[in-house]
Amino acid sequence: MKFAVVVFPGSNCDADCYHAVKNVMGQEVDYVWHKEENLKGYDALILPGGFSYGDYLRTGAIARFSPIMPAVVDFARRGGLVIGICNGFQILLEAGLLPGAMLRNKSLRFVCDTVYLKVKRSGTPFTNQLQEGELIRVPVAHGEGNYYCGPATLEELERNRQIVFTYSGPGGEEGEEYNPNGSQANIAGIINREGNVLGMMPHPERCAEHVLGGTDGCRIFASMINWLKEARVK
Amino acid sequence: MKASIYVTLKEGVLDPQGEAVKKSLHLLGYDNVDEVRMGKYIEIWLQGSDPKKTVRELEEMSDKLLANPVIEKFRVELEGE
Repeated sequence: MKFAVVVFPGSNCDADCYHAVKNVMGQEVDYVWHKEENLKGYDALILPGGFSYGDYLRTGAIARFSPIMPAVVDFARRGGLVIGICNGFQILLEAGLLPGAMLRNKSLRFVCDTVYLKVKRSGTPFTNQLQEGELIRVPVAHGEGNYYCGPATLEELERNRQIVFTYSGPGGEEGEEYNPNGSQANIAGIINREGNVLGMMPHPERCAEHVLGGTDGCRIFASMINWLKEARVK
Repeated sequence: MKASIYVTLKEGVLDPQGEAVKKSLHLLGYDNVDEVRMGKYIEIWLQGSDPKKTVRELEEMSDKLLANPVIEKFRVELEGE
């Protein structure tokens, strides 16, 4: 499988994603600079975390108009797998590939921590190696991860089962105290209706090796690889 | 021509920054402050001879980039109009 890590000016988790995919998961991977306009030959895209364009105007707002973005949108529309992590999630929201927007964390503080996520939906291209209701531990690091979409869109997300990860307590509890940023309905990650574009604030690439303190993140990458393999067999 | 664009959060959208500023104003003794909403003020200098067309263009810019319609609304003012 061939992955592309799209690099914007200000991306800073690109090398972590590249390392996780190449050295931990053993897949082919390229960096693709945001000025490129072609994504032919790739099976999956990763939009990594960071502070593209210094977060000027709004997080992801300027990156969304990078030269590579029409190709990213086209790749997604044709059913290609796209995962946006942290700033990558913010870019996907600005690009309209996922519904909603990000607000400043409710606490106004940059939050850097490891949190529990509850898997709300397994079986997607990104969660087929995870069980529904299972808890995984994944690091978060962001100042604007307070997901907002308004009541009508939230209802739609719930109806279509587009909420994939929520913030949780260690025993699976849901509550404000376990939500690091104030996001609506404790949302940590959502998927598009078609199921091929995932955005999540937590960083799976930061928990992809024992030396990093956990390997739950691998299971998200493993899900993508597994899904792509099965798609090829078909 | 010079344009001013005001980008503000839509009603009902939580504004943690505004809340913090409000608390600070209360600490300063301004107990009469009921609500603070933070926004952005953008100045743009641009070429154009037809004000109506220019306003339309500025609205387009706001829709596409300067504001995020999910959470924000905007108002465009053209100087001298």
